[in-house]
Amino acid sequence: MQNQASYITFLTRLADNNLILGHRLSEWCGHGPELEQDIALINVALDLIGQSRFLYQKIGDLEQKTEDQIAYFRDAGQFYNLLLCELPNEHFGTTILRQYLYDQFHYLVLEQLISSSDEFLVSYAKKSIKEVEYHVMQSKAWVIRLGDGTEKSHQKIKASLDKLWPYTDEFFMMDSVEDPLLEAEKIKKQWLVKVNQTLSEATLEAPEQTWPQKGGKWGKHTEHLGFILADMQFLQRAYPDAKAW
Amino acid sequence: MKKDNQWPLWEVFIRSKQGLNHKHVGSLHATDQQMAIKNARDVYARRNEGVSIWVVKSEHIHASSPDKNDCFFDPANDKVYRHPTFYNIPDQIDHM
Repeated sequence: MQNQASYITFLTRLADNNLILGHRLSEWCGHGPELEQDIALINVALDLIGQSRFLYQKIGDLEQKTEDQIAYFRDAGQFYNLLLCELPNEHFGTTILRQYLYDQFHYLVLEQLISSSDEFLVSYAKKSIKEVEYHVMQSKAWVIRLGDGTEKSHQKIKASLDKLWPYTDEFFMMDSVEDPLLEAEKIKKQWLVKVNQTLSEATLEAPEQTWPQKGGKWGKHTEHLGFILADMQFLQRAYPDAKAW
Repeated sequence: MKKDNQWPLWEVFIRSKQGLNHKHVGSLHATDQQMAIKNARDVYARRNEGVSIWVVKSEHIHASSPDKNDCFFDPANDKVYRHPTFYNIPDQIDHM
Protein backbone atom coordinates (compact mmCIF):
# COMPACT_ATOMS: atom_id res chain seq x y z
CA MET A 1 0.00 0.00 0.00
CA GLN A 2 1.28 3.45 -0.84
CA ASN A 3 1.80 6.17 1.75
CA GLN A 4 -0.80 8.80 2.41
CA ALA A 5 0.94 11.68 0.59
CA SER A 6 1.13 9.65 -2.58
CA TYR A 7 -2.49 8.53 -2.21
CA ILE A 8 -3.58 12.16 -1.84
CA THR A 9 -1.63 13.11 -4.97
CA PHE A 10 -3.41 10.30 -6.79
CA LEU A 11 -6.81 11.58 -5.73
CA THR A 12 -5.82 15.18 -6.50
CA ARG A 13 -4.85 14.32 -10.05
CA LEU A 14 -8.19 12.60 -10.67
CA ALA A 15 -10.10 15.44 -9.03
CA ASP A 16 -8.23 18.27 -10.74
CA ASN A 17 -8.75 16.74 -14.18
CA ASN A 18 -12.48 16.74 -13.54
CA LEU A 19 -12.67 20.17 -11.96
CA ILE A 20 -10.61 21.97 -14.58
CA LEU A 21 -12.24 20.25 -17.54
CA GLY A 22 -15.64 20.75 -15.93
CA HIS A 23 -14.90 24.43 -15.51
CA ARG A 24 -13.75 24.69 -19.12
CA LEU A 25 -16.99 23.09 -20.30
CA SER A 26 -19.02 25.39 -18.08
CA GLU A 27 -17.69 28.30 -20.13
CA TRP A 28 -20.02 27.08 -22.87
CA CYS A 29 -23.07 27.80 -20.73
CA GLY A 30 -25.29 30.07 -22.77
CA HIS A 31 -22.93 29.90 -25.78
CA GLY A 32 -23.59 26.38 -27.13
CA PRO A 33 -24.09 26.08 -30.88
CA GLU A 34 -27.61 24.74 -30.29
CA LEU A 35 -29.76 24.93 -27.19
CA GLU A 36 -29.71 21.15 -26.87
CA GLN A 37 -25.92 20.94 -27.16
CA ASP A 38 -25.55 23.75 -24.68
CA ILE A 39 -27.51 21.74 -22.12
CA ALA A 40 -25.67 18.54 -23.02
CA LEU A 41 -22.25 20.12 -22.49
CA ILE A 42 -23.30 21.61 -19.20
CA ASN A 43 -24.66 18.27 -18.00
CA VAL A 44 -21.22 16.82 -18.60
CA ALA A 45 -19.62 19.80 -16.85
CA LEU A 46 -21.81 19.23 -13.81
CA ASP A 47 -21.06 15.50 -13.78
CA LEU A 48 -17.33 16.21 -13.81
CA ILE A 49 -17.50 18.89 -11.14
CA GLY A 50 -19.66 16.57 -9.02
CA GLN A 51 -17.04 13.85 -9.38
CA SER A 52 -14.28 16.24 -8.36
CA ARG A 53 -16.26 17.24 -5.26
CA PHE A 54 -16.59 13.61 -4.22
CA LEU A 55 -12.79 13.34 -4.37
CA TYR A 56 -12.04 16.70 -2.72
CA GLN A 57 -14.28 15.75 0.17
CA LYS A 58 -12.22 12.60 0.67
CA ILE A 59 -8.97 14.57 0.45
CA GLY A 60 -10.49 17.07 2.87
CA ASP A 61 -11.17 14.27 5.36
CA LEU A 62 -7.58 13.14 5.12
CA GLU A 63 -6.09 16.63 5.38
CA GLN A 64 -8.64 18.28 7.69
CA LYS A 65 -9.66 20.82 5.05
CA THR A 66 -12.91 21.68 3.33
CA GLU A 67 -13.50 20.92 -0.33
CA ASP A 68 -13.70 24.65 -1.04
CA GLN A 69 -10.30 25.27 0.53
CA ILE A 70 -8.84 22.63 -1.75
CA ALA A 71 -10.54 23.85 -4.91
CA TYR A 72 -10.20 27.59 -4.39
CA PHE A 73 -7.09 28.20 -2.33
CA ARG A 74 -4.44 26.43 -4.32
CA ASP A 75 -2.32 28.13 -6.98
CA ALA A 76 -1.48 26.76 -10.42
CA GLY A 77 1.65 24.91 -9.27
CA GLN A 78 -0.42 22.88 -6.82
CA PHE A 79 -2.92 21.72 -9.45
CA TYR A 80 -2.12 18.32 -10.93
CA ASN A 81 -4.54 18.09 -13.84
CA LEU A 82 -3.52 16.88 -17.30
CA LEU A 83 -2.56 19.73 -19.63
CA LEU A 84 -5.27 18.63 -22.07
CA CYS A 85 -7.97 19.54 -19.54
CA GLU A 86 -6.94 23.18 -19.34
CA LEU A 87 -6.62 23.88 -23.08
CA PRO A 88 -8.98 26.56 -24.41
CA ASN A 89 -12.37 25.55 -25.80
CA GLU A 90 -11.82 27.23 -29.17
CA HIS A 91 -14.71 26.10 -31.40
CA PHE A 92 -17.21 23.32 -30.69
CA GLY A 93 -15.13 20.80 -32.69
CA THR A 94 -12.04 21.32 -30.54
CA THR A 95 -14.09 21.16 -27.36
CA ILE A 96 -15.85 17.94 -28.29
CA LEU A 97 -12.66 16.28 -29.53
CA ARG A 98 -10.80 17.26 -26.35
CA GLN A 99 -13.76 15.78 -24.50
CA TYR A 100 -13.69 12.54 -26.44
CA LEU A 101 -9.95 12.01 -25.99
CA TYR A 102 -10.35 12.55 -22.25
CA ASP A 103 -13.65 10.64 -21.85
CA GLN A 104 -12.23 7.54 -23.44
CA PHE A 105 -9.22 7.68 -21.13
CA HIS A 106 -11.36 8.53 -18.11
CA TYR A 107 -13.57 5.50 -18.76
CA LEU A 108 -10.63 3.10 -18.89
CA VAL A 109 -9.18 4.53 -15.68
CA LEU A 110 -12.48 4.06 -13.87
CA GLU A 111 -12.81 0.57 -15.26
CA GLN A 112 -9.50 -0.36 -13.61
CA LEU A 113 -10.35 1.40 -10.37
CA ILE A 114 -13.55 -0.61 -10.04
CA SER A 115 -11.46 -3.71 -9.46
CA SER A 116 -8.88 -2.03 -7.24
CA SER A 117 -8.43 -3.01 -3.61
CA ASP A 118 -9.18 0.47 -2.28
CA GLU A 119 -12.74 0.65 -1.05
CA PHE A 120 -13.14 4.37 -1.55
CA LEU A 121 -11.85 4.28 -5.13
CA VAL A 122 -14.14 1.38 -5.92
CA SER A 123 -17.19 3.31 -4.74
CA TYR A 124 -16.02 6.41 -6.58
CA ALA A 125 -15.46 4.51 -9.80
CA LYS A 126 -18.75 2.63 -9.63
CA LYS A 127 -20.66 5.84 -9.19
CA SER A 128 -18.78 7.75 -11.89
CA ILE A 129 -18.45 5.17 -14.62
CA LYS A 130 -22.14 5.31 -15.52
CA GLU A 131 -21.85 9.03 -16.11
CA VAL A 132 -18.65 8.66 -18.05
CA GLU A 133 -20.07 5.89 -20.22
CA TYR A 134 -22.61 8.43 -21.42
CA HIS A 135 -19.93 11.11 -21.88
CA VAL A 136 -18.05 8.78 -24.21
CA MET A 137 -21.19 8.00 -26.18
CA GLN A 138 -21.98 11.65 -26.59
CA SER A 139 -18.52 12.99 -27.50
CA LYS A 140 -17.71 10.03 -29.73
CA ALA A 141 -20.87 10.51 -31.77
CA TRP A 142 -19.95 14.14 -32.36
CA VAL A 143 -16.37 13.39 -33.39
CA ILE A 144 -17.70 10.96 -36.00
CA ARG A 145 -20.39 13.40 -37.09
CA LEU A 146 -17.94 16.26 -37.57
CA GLY A 147 -15.08 14.20 -39.01
CA ASP A 148 -17.34 12.43 -41.48
CA GLY A 149 -19.50 15.50 -42.01
CA THR A 150 -18.97 18.30 -44.48
CA GLU A 151 -15.62 19.20 -45.98
CA LYS A 152 -15.44 22.21 -43.71
CA SER A 153 -16.27 20.31 -40.50
CA HIS A 154 -13.71 17.68 -41.49
CA GLN A 155 -10.97 20.24 -42.01
CA LYS A 156 -11.74 21.98 -38.75
CA ILE A 157 -11.74 18.89 -36.57
CA LYS A 158 -8.66 17.57 -38.33
CA ALA A 159 -6.84 20.75 -37.34
CA SER A 160 -8.12 20.29 -33.77
CA LEU A 161 -6.82 16.71 -33.75
CA ASP A 162 -3.35 17.78 -34.88
CA LYS A 163 -3.30 20.36 -32.13
CA LEU A 164 -4.64 18.17 -29.28
CA TRP A 165 -2.97 14.87 -30.05
CA PRO A 166 0.47 15.73 -28.54
CA TYR A 167 -1.28 16.29 -25.20
CA THR A 168 -2.58 12.73 -25.00
CA ASP A 169 0.83 11.18 -24.22
CA GLU A 170 0.63 12.66 -20.75
CA PHE A 171 -2.36 10.39 -19.99
CA PHE A 172 -0.08 7.37 -19.92
CA MET A 173 2.98 8.85 -18.24
CA MET A 174 2.34 7.25 -14.90
CA ASP A 175 4.75 7.38 -11.98
CA SER A 176 5.06 5.87 -8.52
CA VAL A 177 1.83 7.66 -7.54
CA GLU A 178 -0.29 5.78 -10.05
CA ASP A 179 1.66 2.58 -10.55
CA PRO A 180 0.16 0.81 -7.50
CA LEU A 181 -3.38 1.52 -8.72
CA LEU A 182 -3.36 1.69 -12.52
CA GLU A 183 -1.76 -0.26 -15.34
CA ALA A 184 -0.58 2.44 -17.73
CA GLU A 185 0.42 0.14 -20.56
CA LYS A 186 -2.91 -1.66 -20.58
CA ILE A 187 -4.86 1.60 -20.54
CA LYS A 188 -2.75 3.00 -23.35
CA LYS A 189 -3.25 -0.08 -25.50
CA GLN A 190 -7.03 -0.11 -24.99
CA TRP A 191 -7.26 3.63 -25.49
CA LEU A 192 -5.38 3.52 -28.78
CA VAL A 193 -7.61 0.74 -30.09
CA LYS A 194 -10.82 2.56 -29.17
CA VAL A 195 -9.69 5.99 -30.30
CA ASN A 196 -8.29 4.74 -33.59
CA GLN A 197 -11.57 2.96 -34.29
CA THR A 198 -13.49 6.15 -33.71
CA LEU A 199 -11.08 8.24 -35.74
CA SER A 200 -11.31 5.86 -38.67
CA GLU A 201 -15.11 6.00 -38.50
CA ALA A 202 -14.71 9.77 -38.53
CA THR A 203 -12.39 9.49 -41.56
CA LEU A 204 -9.62 11.01 -39.49
CA GLU A 205 -6.13 9.80 -38.67
CA ALA A 206 -3.98 10.39 -35.63
CA PRO A 207 -0.81 12.36 -36.40
CA GLU A 208 2.17 10.00 -36.60
CA GLN A 209 5.06 11.59 -34.80
CA THR A 210 4.47 14.33 -32.31
CA TRP A 211 6.38 15.98 -29.52
CA PRO A 212 4.60 14.97 -26.30
CA GLN A 213 3.34 17.83 -24.17
CA LYS A 214 3.53 17.05 -20.50
CA GLY A 215 3.79 18.68 -17.10
CA GLY A 216 0.31 19.23 -15.69
CA LYS A 217 0.36 16.13 -13.53
CA TRP A 218 3.47 17.47 -11.83
CA GLY A 219 2.18 21.03 -11.44
CA LYS A 220 3.83 22.52 -14.55
CA HIS A 221 1.08 24.13 -16.56
CA THR A 222 0.36 26.08 -19.70
CA GLU A 223 -0.38 29.76 -19.31
CA HIS A 224 -4.08 28.95 -19.65
CA LEU A 225 -4.50 27.51 -16.17
CA GLY A 226 -3.76 30.83 -14.45
CA PHE A 227 -6.66 32.46 -16.29
CA ILE A 228 -9.01 29.62 -15.37
CA LEU A 229 -8.06 29.90 -11.71
CA ALA A 230 -8.42 33.68 -11.71
CA ASP A 231 -11.93 33.25 -13.02
CA MET A 232 -12.85 30.31 -10.83
CA GLN A 233 -11.27 31.40 -7.57
CA PHE A 234 -11.89 35.14 -7.55
CA LEU A 235 -15.08 35.17 -5.52
CA GLN A 236 -13.86 32.79 -2.82
CA ARG A 237 -10.60 34.68 -2.46
CA ALA A 238 -12.25 38.10 -2.40
CA TYR A 239 -14.79 37.00 0.20
CA PRO A 240 -13.20 34.00 1.91
CA ASP A 241 -15.62 33.89 4.83
CA ALA A 242 -18.82 34.47 2.91
CA LYS A 243 -21.46 31.92 3.84
CA ALA A 244 -23.91 32.58 1.04
CA TRP A 245 -23.58 34.17 -2.39
CA MET B 1 -38.69 21.19 -43.19
CA LYS B 2 -38.61 24.88 -43.82
CA LYS B 3 -35.35 26.27 -45.11
CA ASP B 4 -34.65 28.37 -42.05
CA ASN B 5 -31.32 26.78 -41.11
CA GLN B 6 -32.91 25.05 -38.14
CA TRP B 7 -32.41 21.38 -37.45
CA PRO B 8 -35.62 19.35 -37.79
CA LEU B 9 -38.03 19.45 -34.88
CA TRP B 10 -38.81 16.33 -32.82
CA GLU B 11 -41.50 15.59 -30.26
CA VAL B 12 -40.36 13.82 -27.12
CA PHE B 13 -42.31 11.22 -25.13
CA ILE B 14 -41.11 9.89 -21.81
CA ARG B 15 -42.24 6.93 -19.74
CA SER B 16 -41.77 8.07 -16.19
CA LYS B 17 -41.85 4.60 -14.69
CA GLN B 18 -42.58 1.05 -15.68
CA GLY B 19 -46.28 0.47 -16.14
CA LEU B 20 -47.10 4.02 -17.16
CA ASN B 21 -47.59 5.24 -20.69
CA HIS B 22 -45.15 7.40 -22.56
CA LYS B 23 -46.25 10.97 -22.16
CA HIS B 24 -45.51 13.95 -24.34
CA VAL B 25 -43.07 16.24 -22.54
CA GLY B 26 -41.97 18.73 -25.19
CA SER B 27 -39.96 19.15 -28.34
CA LEU B 28 -36.39 19.76 -29.43
CA HIS B 29 -34.13 20.12 -32.47
CA ALA B 30 -31.82 17.38 -33.76
CA THR B 31 -30.43 16.26 -37.10
CA ASP B 32 -31.40 12.59 -36.79
CA GLN B 33 -33.03 10.06 -34.49
CA GLN B 34 -29.85 9.12 -32.57
CA MET B 35 -29.12 12.73 -31.78
CA ALA B 36 -32.77 13.35 -30.93
CA ILE B 37 -32.73 10.60 -28.30
CA LYS B 38 -29.48 11.86 -26.75
CA ASN B 39 -30.77 15.41 -26.75
CA ALA B 40 -34.00 14.27 -25.18
CA ARG B 41 -32.05 12.52 -22.46
CA ASP B 42 -30.12 15.72 -21.75
CA VAL B 43 -32.99 18.16 -22.04
CA TYR B 44 -35.93 16.23 -20.60
CA ALA B 45 -34.60 13.33 -18.54
CA ARG B 46 -31.73 14.74 -16.51
CA ARG B 47 -33.68 14.99 -13.27
CA ASN B 48 -34.66 11.39 -13.07
CA GLU B 49 -37.84 11.87 -15.07
CA GLY B 50 -37.90 8.64 -16.96
CA VAL B 51 -37.05 5.08 -17.80
CA SER B 52 -37.74 5.19 -21.53
CA ILE B 53 -37.72 7.81 -24.28
CA TRP B 54 -39.51 7.96 -27.61
CA VAL B 55 -38.90 10.62 -30.23
CA VAL B 56 -41.01 11.31 -33.30
CA LYS B 57 -40.35 13.87 -35.97
CA SER B 58 -42.87 16.63 -35.49
CA GLU B 59 -43.81 16.53 -39.16
CA HIS B 60 -45.14 13.01 -38.63
CA ILE B 61 -47.67 14.17 -36.07
CA HIS B 62 -51.07 14.98 -37.51
CA ALA B 63 -53.49 16.85 -35.35
CA SER B 64 -57.25 17.19 -35.27
CA SER B 65 -58.46 20.60 -36.29
CA PRO B 66 -59.59 22.94 -33.50
CA ASP B 67 -62.51 24.26 -35.63
CA LYS B 68 -63.93 20.77 -35.73
CA ASN B 69 -64.02 20.49 -31.93
CA ASP B 70 -67.81 20.80 -31.83
CA CYS B 71 -68.51 17.78 -33.97
CA PHE B 72 -65.47 15.83 -32.79
CA PHE B 73 -65.88 16.03 -29.05
CA ASP B 74 -69.14 17.56 -27.92
CA PRO B 75 -71.37 14.61 -28.86
CA ALA B 76 -69.52 12.48 -26.30
CA ASN B 77 -70.39 14.84 -23.46
CA ASP B 78 -73.85 13.52 -22.61
CA LYS B 79 -73.20 9.82 -23.16
CA VAL B 80 -72.36 8.77 -19.68
CA TYR B 81 -73.04 5.12 -20.50
CA ARG B 82 -69.84 5.03 -22.51
CA HIS B 83 -67.75 5.41 -19.37
CA PRO B 84 -67.18 2.27 -17.34
CA THR B 85 -67.90 4.08 -14.08
CA PHE B 86 -70.15 1.38 -12.63
CA TYR B 87 -67.37 -0.98 -11.60
CA ASN B 88 -65.50 -1.11 -8.34
CA ILE B 89 -61.79 -1.13 -9.03
CA PRO B 90 -59.59 -2.98 -6.54
CA ASP B 91 -57.08 -0.74 -4.75
CA GLN B 92 -54.13 -2.79 -5.96
CA ILE B 93 -54.73 -1.58 -9.51
CA ASP B 94 -52.89 1.71 -9.54
CA HIS B 95 -52.99 3.03 -13.04
CA MET B 96 -56.38 2.76 -14.68
